[in-house]
Amino acid sequence: MSNNTSVRRHTITALVDNEPGVLSRVVGLISGRGYNIESLNVGPTQDPTISRMTMQVPGDDRVLEQVTKQLNKQVDVISVTDLTREPFLNRECILVKISATRKSRSEIIELADVFGGKIVSVQNESMVIQMVGEQQHVADFMELVKPFKILDVSRSGVIAMRKE
Amino acid sequence: MRSGAKCTIDALKDAGVKTLFGLPGGTVLDLFDELARAPLEFFLVRHEQGATHMADGYARATGKPGCCIVTSGPGATNAVTGLATANMDGIPVVCIAGQVPSHMIGNDAFQEADTVGITRAITKHNYLVKNVDDLPRIIAEAFEIATTGRPGPVLVDIPKDVQRQMTSATFSGKPERRGYKPVYEGNSKQIAKLAAAINASRKPVILAGAGVIAAGASAELTTLARKAKIPVTTTLLGLGGFPDTDPLALRMPGMHGSVAANQAISNCDLLISVGARFDDRVTGKVSEFAPKAIIAHIDIDPSAIAKSVRVDIPVVGHAKSILKELLPQIAAQTRKDWLTQVHGWQKDAPFTYDAKEPRILAQYAIEQIYEVTKGDAIITTDVGQHQMWAAHFFKYTQPRSFISSGGLGTMGFGLPAAIGAKAGCRDRNVIAISGDGSIQMNFQELVVAVEHDLPIVVVIMNNGYLGMVRQWQEMFYKKEYSAVRLDQNLRARNEKLRDKPPGYLPDFVKMAEAHGAAGLRVTEKREVAPALRKALAMKRPVVIECITKPDDNVYPMVPPGASLSEMVQSLA
Repeated sequence: MSNNTSVRRHTITALVDNEPGVLSRVVGLISGRGYNIESLNVGPTQDPTISRMTMQVPGDDRVLEQVTKQLNKQVDVISVTDLTREPFLNRECILVKISATRKSRSEIIELADVFGGKIVSVQNESMVIQMVGEQQHVADFMELVKPFKILDVSRSGVIAMRKE
Repeated sequence: MRSGAKCTIDALKDAGVKTLFGLPGGTVLDLFDELARAPLEFFLVRHEQGATHMADGYARATGKPGCCIVTSGPGATNAVTGLATANMDGIPVVCIAGQVPSHMIGNDAFQEADTVGITRAITKHNYLVKNVDDLPRIIAEAFEIATTGRPGPVLVDIPKDVQRQMTSATFSGKPERRGYKPVYEGNSKQIAKLAAAINASRKPVILAGAGVIAAGASAELTTLARKAKIPVTTTLLGLGGFPDTDPLALRMPGMHGSVAANQAISNCDLLISVGARFDDRVTGKVSEFAPKAIIAHIDIDPSAIAKSVRVDIPVVGHAKSILKELLPQIAAQTRKDWLTQVHGWQKDAPFTYDAKEPRILAQYAIEQIYEVTKGDAIITTDVGQHQMWAAHFFKYTQPRSFISSGGLGTMGFGLPAAIGAKAGCRDRNVIAISGDGSIQMNFQELVVAVEHDLPIVVVIMNNGYLGMVRQWQEMFYKKEYSAVRLDQNLRARNEKLRDKPPGYLPDFVKMAEAHGAAGLRVTEKREVAPALRKALAMKRPVVIECITKPDDNVYPMVPPGASLSEMVQSLA
């Protein structure tokens, strides 16, 4: 049992059987304990019978340790890792629709360029930018485009992988 | 080619099921059609909660998985409490549920409920069978998962159309799941570390839980305790795992535990938990639990370790195999000083009650049950004061002789559990100790005992109250007795009936007779033992109602949130 009871965001990744019911079992286990899942991503792995779930859950270390143990206990959960304890890569993909007039368009394009974003749609009054990157990188970009008025955002949820 | 229904019944046979509890309905008609020709003894319950508790009682008494079958919708939702009970206590139960036809799932069909959704959090695992070809494998897996690792209930939901489809699929061998690999062998280094800690300890204590009984490790545990002279405290669900009659027995720990057990835990330098999960009713205030001790924890469930208390020496695995490996590494000891101290606590503060009280006390009646049966009986209980007294005043010397809902605390468990226990152990005396509150929650199942000629004895301790709640209201809510009076004459104004109530409401003797059993009412102390002897000699289901002192309390008590060293012996 860890003595560290500080609340922080945990990135948990689980390999699970690619079967119906698994997602709700995993999510239910976490939400049933009163924890909010900030982001969730699910998709098949190189083995089509196995899916990877990546979740971000804020909580104290001790409770999250218990949550990962409980997840591991589930019959259809193959393995669980709390990546927060080790070096890992995280990426998020977002689509953000920004209000853009003829006047502000070039400024937004410039910003997107600096952040490695891609303009995927331009309309008379708005444009959609696709941005892929580390969670912090994406958050920084969102902060900078805020003054232009964000009309809509769709996020993939964080995906993650251990570095080694 | 076989139908899905035939597959299911065949798979139950292959899993060794000889006793099945259940109730039919629209979506299990095909299964029941097959059942009519199956070599199984079927117990027709009167409410599905009864089926799950009977399967549970059968499993606890025999060590074999209990099995029940219910219909969709209300059948399955009625089974929920029983599944949750088995899940909390780690009891192997397989529940077969019917479901509306596949194409109607999600359409709010008649008697439809999302059974796998509802039971997900209260079963060890569950299945919705979508393809008939999977049925033989899934049933085999269900029994494998229910009975291995930390055992638990598994539900298999089978839509009606799947029961009717034909398949040539079969399954044999051991089911394998890549996500399910319970650990049985303990880590040798950890076991050596534990052995060294035991050999170095001056004041060790063993905390024996349900895991000892589940693993069949009583003999090894007893050998260890006697060889190394380690006092043993047994949790409510561990009762019988170590003989209560042994001088090393500290009896039960925790909220209503013995002074000896709680003092030993508070003063020991090494606490060895074997298959106990440190329930909050055992630990009291966690931060002051076993404050001077190195804590070792043997458990087959990795998630039980360090869940609520710090653990210094975790050993994950099966209690029996771990104790077997541990035993040769343990030095024989005498531990004179520690045992002198422990025996002092045992002598000074045994479980006790007012022997001079002229009215019947439940404690007295339970002691009489112990005397009359000479301790040779399976005792089942409901939940409340009588449950604690059944733990205090009957001495358990054999595993699987005390059957009680510990974790969930399910009132209504005792009678159906007794029927299940008797169905599995026909040569044992089975006595259900209950209260006037609990017994009314599943009384209808008495009919099943009568039909199957199962001579169980039900002893109702009737104090006219929901006694444990009344005790808490007396101790912690300034005696504001709110909604706890079952005796009409004791009621507060806003709970009173319009008319003058009858003397006995309900009349348990008449209820027993109406259900085809014998009913005896006992109002005097001197009548208790003769009534018990008579009941046991009758060889038919008997209900004995003991009219007891209305307002007695269970002591000792650790108030909620207090540490084990702060026990209350009586109301000052």
